[in-house]
This record gives sequence, C-alpha cells and structure tokens, in this order.
Amino acid sequence: MNYLDALENQSLYIFREAFNKIDKLAMLWSIGKDSNVLLWLARKAFLGHVPFPLVHIDTSYKMPEMIAFRDRMAKEWNLNLIVGQNKAALAAGMGPEKGRVVCCGALKTEGLKQTIAAQGFTGVFAGIRRDEEGTRAKERVFSPRGEHAEWDFRDQPPEFWDQFKTDFAPGTHLRIHPILHWTELDIWRYIRRENIPVVDLYFAKDGRRYRSLGCAPCTGTVASTAATIDDIIAELETTKISERSGRAQDKESEDAFERLRVEGYM
Amino acid sequence: MAGPISSERALNAALLRVVIVGHVDHGKSTLVGRLLYDTDSFPEGKLEAIQAMCERRGMPFEWAFLMDALQAERDQGITIDASQIRFKTAKRDYVIIDAPGHKEFLKNMVSGAASADAALLVIDAHEGVQEQSRRHGYLLHLLGVRQVVVAINKMDLADYSESRFVKVEEEYRRYLAGIGVEARHIIPVSAREGGGIVRRSDRMDWYDGPTVVEALDGFQPPVPPTELPLRFPIQDVYKFDHRRLIVGRIESGRLRVGDTILLSPSNKAAKVASIENWGASVPSLAASAGQSIAVTLHEQIFIERGQVASHAENPPIETNVFRANIFWLGHKPLKVGNRYKLKLHTGEYRAEVQSIDRIVEVADLSSQKGEEVVKNAVAEVTLRTRGLVALDEFSDNSHTGRFVLVEDYAIVGGGIVNMKGYPDQRQSVTRKATNIFFVDHRVDAASRWQLNGHRSGVLWLTGLSGAGKSTLALELESQLFRKGYQVYVLDGDNLRNGLNANLGFLPEDRAENIRRAGEVAALFAEAGLIVITAFISPYRADRDRVRAIAPEGFHEVYVKASLATCERRDPKGLYRRARTGEIPDFTGVSSPYEAPETPELTLDTDELTVEESVARLLEYVEKNLVGGKGWEDQSPLGSVNQLGAPGL
Repeated sequence: MNYLDALENQSLYIFREAFNKIDKLAMLWSIGKDSNVLLWLARKAFLGHVPFPLVHIDTSYKMPEMIAFRDRMAKEWNLNLIVGQNKAALAAGMGPEKGRVVCCGALKTEGLKQTIAAQGFTGVFAGIRRDEEGTRAKERVFSPRGEHAEWDFRDQPPEFWDQFKTDFAPGTHLRIHPILHWTELDIWRYIRRENIPVVDLYFAKDGRRYRSLGCAPCTGTVASTAATIDDIIAELETTKISERSGRAQDKESEDAFERLRVEGYM
Repeated sequence: MAGPISSERALNAALLRVVIVGHVDHGKSTLVGRLLYDTDSFPEGKLEAIQAMCERRGMPFEWAFLMDALQAERDQGITIDASQIRFKTAKRDYVIIDAPGHKEFLKNMVSGAASADAALLVIDAHEGVQEQSRRHGYLLHLLGVRQVVVAINKMDLADYSESRFVKVEEEYRRYLAGIGVEARHIIPVSAREGGGIVRRSDRMDWYDGPTVVEALDGFQPPVPPTELPLRFPIQDVYKFDHRRLIVGRIESGRLRVGDTILLSPSNKAAKVASIENWGASVPSLAASAGQSIAVTLHEQIFIERGQVASHAENPPIETNVFRANIFWLGHKPLKVGNRYKLKLHTGEYRAEVQSIDRIVEVADLSSQKGEEVVKNAVAEVTLRTRGLVALDEFSDNSHTGRFVLVEDYAIVGGGIVNMKGYPDQRQSVTRKATNIFFVDHRVDAASRWQLNGHRSGVLWLTGLSGAGKSTLALELESQLFRKGYQVYVLDGDNLRNGLNANLGFLPEDRAENIRRAGEVAALFAEAGLIVITAFISPYRADRDRVRAIAPEGFHEVYVKASLATCERRDPKGLYRRARTGEIPDFTGVSSPYEAPETPELTLDTDELTVEESVARLLEYVEKNLVGGKGWEDQSPLGSVNQLGAPGL
C-alpha cells in the first residue's frame, strides 16, 4: 500500500463511520479541488453512490466558471444538489466592500447556518485540510459544533484510535473532515492518479493561475506557468508560498481566520 | 538539507508520524519551530509573520508561534491543542504532532500521541524530569508507541554542561526502565539556538551521538500488520444496486475471494464471493491490513456492525470480562459499579466496572488499591460487558485490543485489553457437532420425583479453595442419604481424575471443566437425583451457563470465606505453593474469583460452623425440594429437549 492509498483508505473509513452514526448528513461542495476530491472519495466509499445531498453556499460572488462546473457535474453524476444563499443579507446590500471578514461571516457562515437549520442536517462533511492554515491543523475529524455552529477549540473531544465522537446532545451538530490529514500536494497527486475533474481556473493563463478558489472579489491569482496537473505538482514540490496567499479575507488581522472559524466558517 | 523530494519517493515511502511530548514549558513548540526552519520547511512569509506578531506583543522572536496558531495560545504562551504539520528530511516525509504539555490538556496530548508511530520526548535540562515528563513517558508506553527518542533541551541555559546532561539522562533512563521502555537515544539540544537539532552544536563537543533529525531518520516506518491473523471488523452493511455489501477496514491480516470467514461473536460463517471496488477496471481478488473494503458473500447470513470477521483457525477471543490498563480523562471519576458505553473497533457494548485492581502513581510507579480513578490517572481495572465481546489481547493485536469508554456524550477514557486470568469463552459456546437429534425419554423427571418422594436439582457450591465446599457437600450428602434422599456429590478433584483428566488450570481449561461438570450434574438431576457439586467455579459466566441448562433446578450456594481464612486453613497446602509461584494460576492469588451476585443461598464459613452451615443447607433442601407446591403439575427442570443432553 503506498502513501496515497493509505490516505484514501483512511478517508473511506471516516465516510463510512459518519454514514453509520449520523442521522442526517450533507456534504459541503465549494467546487474547489478539495471538495471535488472529497466527492470522489464519497463515491468510492459508497460504491458509486452519493447517499446524501450536496450543499453549495452561493455568495453570488463566485466565479462563473465555478457555477458552470457545478451544474455540469451535478447533472453528470446525478447529484442531489442544494444551493443555499443568505438572501436577506444580499437584499440588504452585503458585499466585500462592507469588510471582507464581515462579508464572509454573513454570506458564507450565516448562509451555511441557515441552510443547515432549514434542512435539519445533524452532520456535514467539509473538505478542510490540516496543512491549509494553523487553526485547521488543530481540528478534529469529527468536530462538534454548538447550537449556533460555533467551534470551541478550547475544549475539543479527545480523538484517538479512530474512535470518533459520535454521541452528542440534541442541538449539537457535527462537521466531519474526511480529508483533514491530506496536503495540497496529496490532493493534486490524487487528482492526477484518479483523473478527477477540476475547474479550469487552476491552470495557468498568461503567467497566472488560481491556487485556491473562493469568491471573485477576494481571491487572487498567483504567478505561475503551471498549465497541466503535472506542472502543478512539480510547482508545489518546490514552492514555499502558502496556499491561501491569494485569499484577502485571511489578512485583515492576525486572527481574522481564527475568528471566522470560531463563528462557524469552514 | 531538505531540498525537493521526487514524486516517486513520496508516493512509495510511508509517512512517519512523530509526536512531540513533554512537560509544559520544556520547549516542545520551540523545538518544532526550529526543526522546520532548519530543514527549510517554513512557508514563505511565515518567518516575517511571526516576527510581526512578536513585535506587536513587544517580545523577542518566538519559534513556538508557528504551531501555536490560536490567538489564546499565543497570548498565554501555551499550547492548548495538538497541531500537525508536515516536514521532510533528505530521507523521508514526516507528520509532526505537537502535543500540549499542560496537565489540563492531557486529552489533547493523548489524541495527538495515539496516532503516532514514534515520539520525541522533550525535557528541560535546567528543570530536569518533571511530572508530565513521567506521565507522558508512561502514556506513550500504554498507547503502544514503542519508538522513543528523548531530547534534553535548553542546554544553553545549563551552560552546555555535560554533567548536567548526564544527571538528567540517568534519572530519566531509570524511570523508563521501570516501565519497560528503552529510549533509542537521549540527545542534548538547544532548540532556541538550534544546536543538536539539524546541526551539531560546537558547544557540546562531548556529545557524539546523533542529532534529532538523524535520530528521527533512524526510526522504522509503520508497517501494516498483514502477517497477523485476519481481523476485519464490520463497519456497516449496504444494499446498493441489488447487492448486499459488507464494508469495513481490515485491521490485520489478509482476505481473499473464496475465503470462508467466521463472524464473531455470532460464530456464523460465510464464503467471500467478491471484493468490490468502485472505479477499478480490474476486480480485486485479495485485500490486506489497512484497506477499507466492501465484500459480497455467498451465504446471506445475518451480519451487523461490531462483528469481527476472521479465519476459522485464528479467531479473536470471546469474553464478557477482562482486565484493562486504562487512562482516565473524564471529569467524573471512574468507580466500581459505574456503567459506560465501551467502544472497541466498530463494536459498542454496555460495560460495568467490576473492580479497580490498582491505581498507578506515575511519579514513582508505585501502585495502590483505591475506590475511584480520577481525571488524568492511570489504573488497572476489571470490566464486565453485557454479552460476549470479540477482542484480542493488546500485546497480540493492538487494533482489536484497545477501546474507549463513553459516559453521557463524551469519551472519558481509553484502555488496552489484558486477558490474564480470564478464559476465552468461545470454546464453551461453540457447538462443533451438527445433525444432533434429541431423544425423548419415556420416563420424565416428574415421574421419578413421585417415586423418590422429592424433587431433584443441582446444589451448586462455589467459593475459594479452602472455603469449605467439599466438607459441606460430603456432610450434606451423608445426612440426606440417611434421610432417604437420592443424592450424589460431584467433587472437583474427583472429576479431574477421570472425566476431566485432560484439563489443566489455564482459564480456558477451568471454563471447560465447569462446562462438563454442569452437563453431568444436569443429567444426574434429570435422573432424579439431588446433585451437590463442589467446584471453585471462579467465573460467573461458567456458572450462568450451567444455570441456563435447567434454570428451575439450579441452586447456587455461595460458600463464602475471606482469602485470609482460606489461606490459614490451606487444607491441601495449595496457597503456600501458589504464593511461592509454584502454582501459576491460582484462584484468589494470581487468578480471579468472581463471587455470585445473587446466589440462592450464602454460607459465610468465617462465621458459621460446619454444623450450622449444614443445618442451613438441610433447611434449604426441605423448603425447596420437598413438598410445597405439587410437582405433578409442573416440570421445573424443563423438558428433556431443553436439557441439552444429547442421546449418549
């Protein structure tokens, strides 16, 4: 068993644990490379099926290529897609000019909370990874959230020997992170091996490419000539530039990202 | 020194997971920061970001800020939760797990350490060995982390003194030896100055061992246990596309299409028809440890989550009682009689704490009896589950020999299984022969009772060796016989001369001894006799099984005496020999005795004379086996078919 196999097998185990233990599941699908790998792993775990709905939180600021990709894949793979949106905030004029962290909180976090509440999900799969950002490195695979989706990083449940916290009081819900142990490089190597579809925006055009996809106003490109998956892998094997360096909302203050996550951001 | 690694190497090599543990403020996070920086593993801009954070706080550069990602951690200068970060050396890729040293965050330290292949334990040269240095060492051992390197840090604050290093080194080596651990290397380092981590320090010429990175590179990568017997715990059963798929992860061993798997504890067997693999062009014919698989079976037997598939020749142990070494994380203490949910691989069981056998003081490794196990303590306890659990001893198979306990909604403890003194109950519940047809007797028990003038049944005397079982049994037999009863004593030693001559005193032999004795007793009772037995019969499960053969005719008599009394009497000189170690598995000394919970009669022979005890037994017999309700209209022993006595 090589190292990608080991990562894959662990992810399948996590998916199946959650499916057995948690009542009402959904998977967050941001259309980025990580959540596409997440979706692929779900299909492996359930032998070609995706036995829960996919939730996409549409901030209305996403790049059109992402929306087109989403709708194409949903049709091709016969997915049960739920699109959530914080319509009230958008109607009230919410946008990045109100402050990036405020905007993320309203359109992503609040949009997600509203969708979870409306659908009554008790657990949602999310494609976060430990290597993305320092606070995510401290996450659990099964991460309980309070009634208002808040993350209590001061008192996380012990998690060892793959015995996850699957018993919880009414009102709590879970974020489940089946690819927490993967890195950006692992993701690309796996995409190459499995031939997983991704949005074209990751590939360089005119000397620039997206390394991480988010909303159009807050996500920048990085200088790169990587035009194929092989190029991207070669680039990542040598780069020392961090993955979220193109994300503006992380940089508003020292703990901007941590504050977002405590409130329930992915 | 790191440089880029080729995709080839990364794909084929295993990742090594190393946990950094040790007492608070001994410099774990600093060492990790330094390790990453000196191996050129820092992301671009990170150093500047940390510099800015430190300037804002008006403090000197703090390496620990790399791992302490939370605002509260940076503000208070402590690590709250474990962090994980990848890094690489010229030799291989690593996951570094930085675990908190604060005692109050022990659950986070355990969460980090339990998933590690190896550990780096950090001790402050200046402060020396502290409480968490010992506790973490002990827990690493308990969690099964066998590869350990120790870094004696902050040598810069100890003037790089060799004598100081040697003093701390010797103290900690002594401690580790006490728990059966040998540190691969003990290395003097200065994390702040970068000495001894990647580069040698010219201030410590007296040290000629490896640097930290060299020591890490010397660890063995994890190998999936493919050579151990097959253990495939069932995670779920799916019905997709008109197929019934049994899914789970192979924890050890190998599985092939065509293999017959035995499911425990149900003891049902089925043949593997296929190993399903979505998206693969070629179907799999075999799978091995570490793989999450889905199989279909030829036979549609009932299967549920928590059962363990194995090969018939190498099944797991089945038991409802075992000893465990546990570490306790719960706010509420663990106490005798408390009930928890026990989660072992994918199985879940109700478990009760039967006894707290010893509580270990990690500081000096002494142990004592106690009433409760408090948060962060480690102890040896005996647990009893409702129903049989399929498991292994931790030393045989770590994956199926460890468990967690859940109280309310929280995981409150973890433990590893130790079966010392307890039998594998599989032998006693497995029926090997098939095509057995019961024969109905033409004379039933009630007719025999009418002829004898009394009912029959089994008076099952249980108790420690020396409690007085045989003495009472023989005296009761004699008195009943003289009163005209059909009575017979089955004595343990006598049966071991003949029927049970091929059995020793291992736990499994003891269980089988009682199983046979129980079957014989039931047959004698069926023949109309009052059977008195005198067996230590130490395990509750065995006695319960005998009771189940004919529940109405079984009378459990607890012949109770303290261990001290029995040792003083020592009629056969056995206790003396057990105490010298000459008899290895002796009940009450080196092997457990499980007293009855609700016996029909208890005779405390510490208090009662032989005459008084026999008088109580006679009284019991007269009340329960003679007269009273007419036996004509009831058949207390049940029908012959339920007796489980095949035609001989």
